Amino acid sequence: MTHPCVVTIDSRSAPRTLWSGDRLVDVDLPTGTRVVYPKPPLEPLKDVDAAIRYAINHPYNSEPLYAKLRPGMKVTIAIDDISLPLPPMKRPDIRERVLTIVLDLLADHGVDDIEMIIATSVHRRMKDWEVRHMVGDRIMDRFWPKKLYNHDAEKPDGMKYLGTTDEGEDVELNRRAVESDLVIYVNLNFVPMDGGHKSVAVGLCGYRSLRAHHNPKVMRNCHSYMDPSASELATSVTRMGRLTNKKLNVFTIETTINNRMFDRSLDFLSRNEDDLSGSEKMALRALKFSLDKLPQEARQALFDRFPAPYGVTGVFAGETEAVHEHTLRRGYEQYLVPVSGQADILITGVPNISPYNVHSYLNPLLVQVQANGYLFNLYKGAQMVKKGGTMIIMHPCTDKFDNEHHAPYIEFVHRLLPETRDAMELHKRFEKKFSENPAYIEMYRSGHAYHPVHPFFMWYWGEAGRQHLGRMIVVGADNEYIPQLMGWETARTMDEALRMARTTAPPKPDILALHIAPMMMVEMTADKPRHATTDPPRLAP
Amino acid sequence: MAASYFDVDGTLVRTNLVHPTVYYMMHQQTPIHSLAKIGAAALKAPWLALAELQDRRVFNEMLFASYGGMSEDRLLTLAEETFERVIKANLFPGSRDLVRSCIDKGQDVVIVSGALDFLMDHLARYLGATGVIANKLEIKDRMATGKLLRPVVAGPEKARLVREHARAHGHNLDECFAYSDSYSDVPMLSIVGNPAAVNPDRKLRLLANAYHWPIIRLDRAA
Repeated sequence: MTHPCVVTIDSRSAPRTLWSGDRLVDVDLPTGTRVVYPKPPLEPLKDVDAAIRYAINHPYNSEPLYAKLRPGMKVTIAIDDISLPLPPMKRPDIRERVLTIVLDLLADHGVDDIEMIIATSVHRRMKDWEVRHMVGDRIMDRFWPKKLYNHDAEKPDGMKYLGTTDEGEDVELNRRAVESDLVIYVNLNFVPMDGGHKSVAVGLCGYRSLRAHHNPKVMRNCHSYMDPSASELATSVTRMGRLTNKKLNVFTIETTINNRMFDRSLDFLSRNEDDLSGSEKMALRALKFSLDKLPQEARQALFDRFPAPYGVTGVFAGETEAVHEHTLRRGYEQYLVPVSGQADILITGVPNISPYNVHSYLNPLLVQVQANGYLFNLYKGAQMVKKGGTMIIMHPCTDKFDNEHHAPYIEFVHRLLPETRDAMELHKRFEKKFSENPAYIEMYRSGHAYHPVHPFFMWYWGEAGRQHLGRMIVVGADNEYIPQLMGWETARTMDEALRMARTTAPPKPDILALHIAPMMMVEMTADKPRHATTDPPRLAP
Repeated sequence: MAASYFDVDGTLVRTNLVHPTVYYMMHQQTPIHSLAKIGAAALKAPWLALAELQDRRVFNEMLFASYGGMSEDRLLTLAEETFERVIKANLFPGSRDLVRSCIDKGQDVVIVSGALDFLMDHLARYLGATGVIANKLEIKDRMATGKLLRPVVAGPEKARLVREHARAHGHNLDECFAYSDSYSDVPMLSIVGNPAAVNPDRKLRLLANAYHWPIIRLDRAA
């Protein structure tokens, strides 16, 4: 029996409304297409503050937080950055609530040497008003900018080498955290690849550590990013995290949220189009019309200015791995929709929402990350599409970049990609030199740009998808150049894309479509055993 | 090996050519001498302002005429003090880290400035720069004449001097970096493979945005 969130298109079905950048587009899908919808949002916790207090007083595999505290100790609190959640959360952000309770507890126990570091790794620095949104006025006014600041992976003497794992991975982390008596990590878990050891071992590290796992070889062996037990990336990070936790006293606090990305009045965006009421159909039509008529800047402002009313569904605290097990379980409970049978053709819209374009435009490299990286990887079990199958995406692929946030991306896309799309070649020929560009590093350190190595990571992020897929066809691109650079084919309409895809598909292809956003994942059971190129890596318990 | 060419005034330091010149005028051998120098400079101010709008080279020549009559000894003796009090005190917070970052990457770091060489030598030593391209005063009988030796380092001439420096030191310009705050330095920025606008003026910012050059704000660095 199919899950209620999987709808099979028949001859009477209405067109499906999918995202194409910051617009909504109606598409007629062939009869028999299975469309996967997000699960309804889980019921949020009724008393979040009580849940936070309970979690830190009854932690997993650890003594309670209060028992770790002593007067005069040096404490660092690391916090997830603005790449989570998407879109940003309505105030109060769950991180503010956790921090408020933790800071009160620290004060009660005479701990006053406290610094808070936003664990940006090589992401862009958060702006002061973004930090204020995340931590609230009280904490901001008290700590920013001396005791609450962004991590700087390029600060001279700002990093400290911790050691090397058995597999030769260098662990180098933020000096303040390493030299603290206690590190408390406050996480917001949006997707299953977040959190766990990734929080400290990635959030507070720099290029020296990242290159151990953010490389094409490791990325090719991730099946998928969203399933840590089948991801070599997660395996490597876990090794580094275990070494970290041996040397540092880490107390992890993780939180989960439901998938209420849009206000209740926009619930129709996640529902079967056949089931919409008359007023919902009108509202959908009005929204589509408005998005079509508004200029791009205004459409983007709509996404930026209206934070999401997420509900908190879980708070877990204690030892990193024990905590993360619970976090993952709650995340999967929200996102996983079971589906049997891989598709020959996978269809998805690409909304302009990604962890790397908060308050900026989804540039072509990020469209690639969304398509080959995140959307392709929204599965657990088998891949959604068969090996060598076709993925059809909808996005304008506009050749537009944010000069401030994505400065190094521009050179990567327009100077390096025309030379080669081969991730291994990019890694070997260009990565080191490009990542050392002093101008871009200064933009990362004193401005709000991503580190110059980040565009390489973004390309590698699509590597598992590129290796698996036979073809990628983009519908609605406003130019030919960018899709060509990405190695994609173009079609003007979904019909045309499907005709193209059928030329290399079996006679009666299985077609699967993702009705995203809000966020969801597919728990895929293949018709026959999955034929992976390499065995998924497993980590010894 | 690549090289990084740095403009100074407005790029690495908050001050401009006028500030050290005024410091020198105020520190003549007697207060009377100082007053005379400042008075003469005040009379020239409107012409200086006009020259700044018309031609940076002419502006430099008019400004540095104020050094005429100062002894070489005095110029060199006051240089360290002027550097400490006027230039070093006004370095942007991120300047030293940026230059250090270039040196750490194995780059040759060259100061390219319309300021005077004896001041820029101090700055180069402080920052660890390996070369200086700067203006030189003409000295006769150990006294400054108030004239600049050719070539005058300004505007398009900077580009030619950078090109010559790169050729002489075996640098491939496509691999080199250049940093400036001013639209007047576009020729210098345009000849290297990696130009960057630092604390750019409006015209340079627009150009940098159009050509996707990195824009760095050292004046706002933490």
